[in-house]
Amino acid sequence: MGRIVLEKVVKRFGQAEVIPPLDLTIEDGEFTVFVGPSGCGKSTLLRLIAGLEDVSSGRIVIDGTDATELAPAKRGLAMVFQSYALYPHMTVRRNIAFPMKMAGMDQAEQDRRIAKAAEALNLTDYLDRKPGQLSGGQRQRVAIGRAIVREPQAFLFDEPLSNLDAALRVGMRLEISELHKRLNTTMIYVTHDQVEAMTMADKIVVLRAGHIEQVGSPLDLYRTPRNLFVAGFIGSPRMNFIDGAEAAKHGAHTIGIRPEHMEVSSTSGLWKGRVGVAEHLGSDTFIHVHDTGLAETMTIRVDGEVDLHHGDTVYMTPREEMLHRFDAQGLRMAEVGVPA
Amino acid sequence: MATQHSRSAARLMMAPAVTLLLGWMLVPLAMTLYFSFKKYLPLRGGDLGWVGFENYVRFVTSSAFWPSIQTTLVIVGGVLVITTVLGVALALLLDQPMWGQGPVRILVIAPFFVMPTVSALVWKNMFMDPNYGLLADLWRAFGAEPVQWLSQASVPSIIMIVAWQWLPFATLILLTAIQSLDSEQLEAAEMDGAPSPKRFWYIILPHLGRAISVVILIQTIFLLGIFAEIFVTTGGAFGTKTLTYLIYQRVLESQNVGLGSAGGVYAIILANILAIFLMRIVGKNLDN
Repeated sequence: MGRIVLEKVVKRFGQAEVIPPLDLTIEDGEFTVFVGPSGCGKSTLLRLIAGLEDVSSGRIVIDGTDATELAPAKRGLAMVFQSYALYPHMTVRRNIAFPMKMAGMDQAEQDRRIAKAAEALNLTDYLDRKPGQLSGGQRQRVAIGRAIVREPQAFLFDEPLSNLDAALRVGMRLEISELHKRLNTTMIYVTHDQVEAMTMADKIVVLRAGHIEQVGSPLDLYRTPRNLFVAGFIGSPRMNFIDGAEAAKHGAHTIGIRPEHMEVSSTSGLWKGRVGVAEHLGSDTFIHVHDTGLAETMTIRVDGEVDLHHGDTVYMTPREEMLHRFDAQGLRMAEVGVPA
Repeated sequence: MATQHSRSAARLMMAPAVTLLLGWMLVPLAMTLYFSFKKYLPLRGGDLGWVGFENYVRFVTSSAFWPSIQTTLVIVGGVLVITTVLGVALALLLDQPMWGQGPVRILVIAPFFVMPTVSALVWKNMFMDPNYGLLADLWRAFGAEPVQWLSQASVPSIIMIVAWQWLPFATLILLTAIQSLDSEQLEAAEMDGAPSPKRFWYIILPHLGRAISVVILIQTIFLLGIFAEIFVTTGGAFGTKTLTYLIYQRVLESQNVGLGSAGGVYAIILANILAIFLMRIVGKNLDN
């Protein structure tokens, strides 16, 4: 099935080493998300798996066979591109049929698969339109349809939602997750949006400058980030980091506390500061606190609405058991009494 | 209010240019129409009065008319086929990353900057001359008898010369069109299992459809009027007399302005018929 193994994969563009030796295993049926800031090599890694880029050294094994030198079409993978890459002069039907036509599949089977995919993706009424006449979300679904009909061993998604507006993005996110549950096929999904990563993934691969910083389930990464980078990247709003004397009290070089893991009070608490901006979202409130003497700004997340406004004095108390401790190299330190 | 004012001001300011352009086109057109209904022989009595449609009838019934139409269409069609096919091929080649891309592109475009008369003379004397032309040398190098290009293969020779001039134009337009193709489409097609000939046929060629129709439209308009290449090389002999050349002969060699003007009106009609067809095709392509 769709088990993908990367062994010591290296990619160089000229002198620049974009992907240093990298090992990764993606289990069959797993929804894996590559996440990282732009330029971290996540798209390159996906293109290496797809075969659109050649590896400089190392091996890519798909479903037990060495696919390193295989042509993209022979790897049994389907890809959904950021721009959707629909063929503008073909109707939706011909777009979806294209991979099957190239494979020389017989017409009856093509029609059956198109009908099935169109039904699943709500495209039945649009089959005879051209991509130019569709909305962004519909184009996205056509691109997915074109991938589905090939019945690939794995789907590759390259930032598929970045061209959609916020509301549509949430909807498509759910649709892709449901598709995964239904098909149970391996999916690799590239995004820079950690919310997408957290909500969709079975396994998240956090990348920075081509290196894998951490691999794990969304909650693993949230609870036990291996280093400062992962701690800062996963979770929204960002984790607060405090250096210096306050960190030394906990025997660490840096301590981190997530905004949702602090108690807030207007009368007493461990740390004191002044409210900068309070973002009222209704369900919860993000308070940006200045002048704490600990960090430039700190963010607190409070459930529901709180009566705190610009300039108010505020006291914060971190929940001791939720503190993350990092050493001078930025690596996570063992919990007191518990090995990391 | 402001838009009303600015609109009338804009009309006022455009008026001189529009008047000039209109006069530029209307005066010759009106004069052609005027002379086409007259018997006007400058060296044999001048204006000999109105003759109705006699010039039109004489022009069409002359034995040279239909062959000239045929020659015109063969030359235009031949050049169009060569320039679009080779233009697509050259554009594909020039799109590949290579060393010295900039200079090569400029060199490819260079023939377009050579004046028609000059390029025709260069072809006639340097390449096609049966005694000292380079092609003759080439033929002799293989032990063959040199071809008398401009008399034995006159129409193909002219097609070759004109195609050489217009190939850069086609290449340039098609190259920019190829460069505007989203590379993700090609990658998607590659993942969908299309090898490069199929990617060309299903993705690149349809993408070029619009550019190809623009190339054909513009070239047709200009190619209907080619004159210098024929004048300099064969002088209309050996079956290279196009409609334009026939009109020239009627007016200047036969000194019959009325007859030539009638031919000019036919040329206008022919050009318009072609233009309507082409506009339809291009319009259809632009819609998509």
